[in-house]
Amino acid sequence: MSTTDAKTPPNPRVAALTTREAIAAVLPFLEGHAVACANGFLSRWVCALGDRDSHFYMIGSMGLASSIGLGIAVARPEVPVGVIDGDGNVLMNLGSLAMTAALAPRRFRHVCLDNGVYASTGNQPTISTRVSLEAIARAAGYADVARVADVTGIRAALARQAEVVGPTFLLVETAPESGPPAPRIPFTPGEMTARMRRAVAVLGASGGPPG
Amino acid sequence: MSAAVEGGVDRAREFVRELLAHGFDFFTGVPCSLVGPVIAELEPHGYVPETREDAALGLAAGAAFAGRMPLVLMQNSGFGVSINAIGSLQSIYAIPCLLLVTWRGFGGKDAPEHLVMGKAMPRILDAIEMPWRTIEVDAMGAAVAWARRTIEDRPGPVALVVPPGLFA
Repeated sequence: MSTTDAKTPPNPRVAALTTREAIAAVLPFLEGHAVACANGFLSRWVCALGDRDSHFYMIGSMGLASSIGLGIAVARPEVPVGVIDGDGNVLMNLGSLAMTAALAPRRFRHVCLDNGVYASTGNQPTISTRVSLEAIARAAGYADVARVADVTGIRAALARQAEVVGPTFLLVETAPESGPPAPRIPFTPGEMTARMRRAVAVLGASGGPPG
Repeated sequence: MSAAVEGGVDRAREFVRELLAHGFDFFTGVPCSLVGPVIAELEPHGYVPETREDAALGLAAGAAFAGRMPLVLMQNSGFGVSINAIGSLQSIYAIPCLLLVTWRGFGGKDAPEHLVMGKAMPRILDAIEMPWRTIEVDAMGAAVAWARRTIEDRPGPVALVVPPGLFA
């Protein structure tokens, strides 16, 4: 019987940016956007660090944040959309990268915080340290794609992508968290639906930012 | 299963007319031959072909946040794929969505891959507390009206099941 060496390589992200630092750098660029956040610790950190009425925190349905964001963008093309995703979520719904590229929403900012692990279940490895998710987004047809690993890189890439007409993808290398997670989302799911509907209506009525 | 059924195209046209009359205005899903004529009728109304049924439910949830009333169509094999999204997205967040689910494996007469889900589907729908009805050939408007009323009474997912022979 032949054996395959399938042992997981060490996670190369250990010295990288923390999730908190990355989210704090990303959020100013998503003001005025309807934002769908991937489930688990990512949603909790976004909520704790900069909650807005225009944020939707997915607590289940892993992988679908990007589909939800795309649905908003298709139904209301004048509303700018942001997706704060994780590597586990992107891998679980790779078809969404193809859908987004195919439907080509004009103002769609897809940000993937890639820590190489399923953080919410105890930092078990994903395969994102061996597969470049931004390369898949580029091959699918996103209008602009970048990989960064520090705050300066995040700001430069998102400033550039803000001017792009078409879907953009930013992969941010982050380190697996070691401290305690952010608190649970304080809103009920029903409350989040109601406020998201109101927020999208307001963003649609204002027509979004120029450009 | 995909052979043309007498009157199927006309019924698909009538069904889509009922959907539009009852305010459904966002259409996506993954195809089944049993709703082929329905998809053809929905294409002029912006039908979005999705890659996977749970992703279609995500897309529909976003559309609902943007004020639309979505329909997601799928084969019952894809209903199996969708159950987590139904449970942890549409149901708990009270997001309106009409699922149009075809009934492959109906009566135990179908290709082998459809038999397990075909037999279990009604019990699965009941187990996840999904309001659902099978569409009767002479009461399509009543089925759509029931679906819309059910969504109004209790926002969330509701399913209409398409038996073989209705549209295709």
